[in-house]
Amino acid sequence: MSDRSFDLTDRSGLFIVSTMRSLHRTLGGPLVRDIALVSLADAVVGLSHGAIATSAGLAWWVPVLLSVAVFAGGAQFLFVGVVTAGGSVTAAVAAALLVNARHLPFGLAIVDALGTGRLRRLAGSHLMTDETVAFTLAQHDPARRRAVYWTCGVALLAVWNLSVAAGAQAGRAIRDTGALGLDAAFPAVLLALVLPSLRDAGTRHAALAGAAIALAAACFLPAGLPVLLALLGLLAVHPAVRARTGRVTS
Amino acid sequence: MTPSTPALVAGILVLGAGTYALRVAGPLLGERLSPSPAARRLLERAAVVLLTALTALAALIQDSGFAGAARPAGVLVAGILAWRRAPFLVIVLSAAATTAALRLLGTT
Repeated sequence: MSDRSFDLTDRSGLFIVSTMRSLHRTLGGPLVRDIALVSLADAVVGLSHGAIATSAGLAWWVPVLLSVAVFAGGAQFLFVGVVTAGGSVTAAVAAALLVNARHLPFGLAIVDALGTGRLRRLAGSHLMTDETVAFTLAQHDPARRRAVYWTCGVALLAVWNLSVAAGAQAGRAIRDTGALGLDAAFPAVLLALVLPSLRDAGTRHAALAGAAIALAAACFLPAGLPVLLALLGLLAVHPAVRARTGRVTS
Repeated sequence: MTPSTPALVAGILVLGAGTYALRVAGPLLGERLSPSPAARRLLERAAVVLLTALTALAALIQDSGFAGAARPAGVLVAGILAWRRAPFLVIVLSAAATTAALRLLGTT
């Protein structure tokens, strides 16, 4: 809480230093190691994204600019996929924005982890990614949540942009990214991150129902919508629904 | 036949701005309304539901159809290793290696 005194200043330097100091105290060794490993894992995903984009015929700066401006793996893969499949830029933007709509509920769920003060919320919002949100959700102590969010967010911002740029350069040399299995890297990271949160039975049931709905919807709806429809899975464990089905079956 | 450079730049910038707006909306709304513990639990659960669905889609779907067996097999290996608490890098490299090996053997 010692960093509270900086809340009223808008000097970002002080704010970053104070944040970093409190992070160092709060994070233990294993957590730092885990964040480093997720960063490494995301470096593989970033390399694959850059390589897939340029080997499909896009200029090197397309994945690089995407990473700086968007910083969201799923949306970037989708954008590149639509454009290289011959789709229009408008369609690619629309689909990627739909996929990114999940950041709105993410923001509501982890608002405490950004810290207090407008500057922190404005700057911290850009760090919001699937990996960082999943990591933060696994922490329950408020100080640790903040520390994990910022450390993981800043680390991934750096690693993601560097690895995508490196992959974009390598992409011209790699003719077939599929042969290297790089398309499995992104879902693998997500699965590893989300598993701890699925220990809670209610969450697990809602998540599995949601995934089933999304997969069924993916066969006939444009990319982006299915992932949002997964929220219907929440109804599977909603007390009102459970009570009603309970009355029917018992 | 990729789109023109100005169209791509404009599209990426619009996507970036829109994504930031979606990201910042939650925290800015959260300043005004402080959700109850029950509402917060529901929001956390919603986030996990979205992440799980995204994982399933990324593992199984390609262009509105089945992505083939090789990729989900790699992700399944990742899931087993994650369950056994293997390090993240091992998880990701094993997933890619499994998928690559299956493709080498002729599985799509």
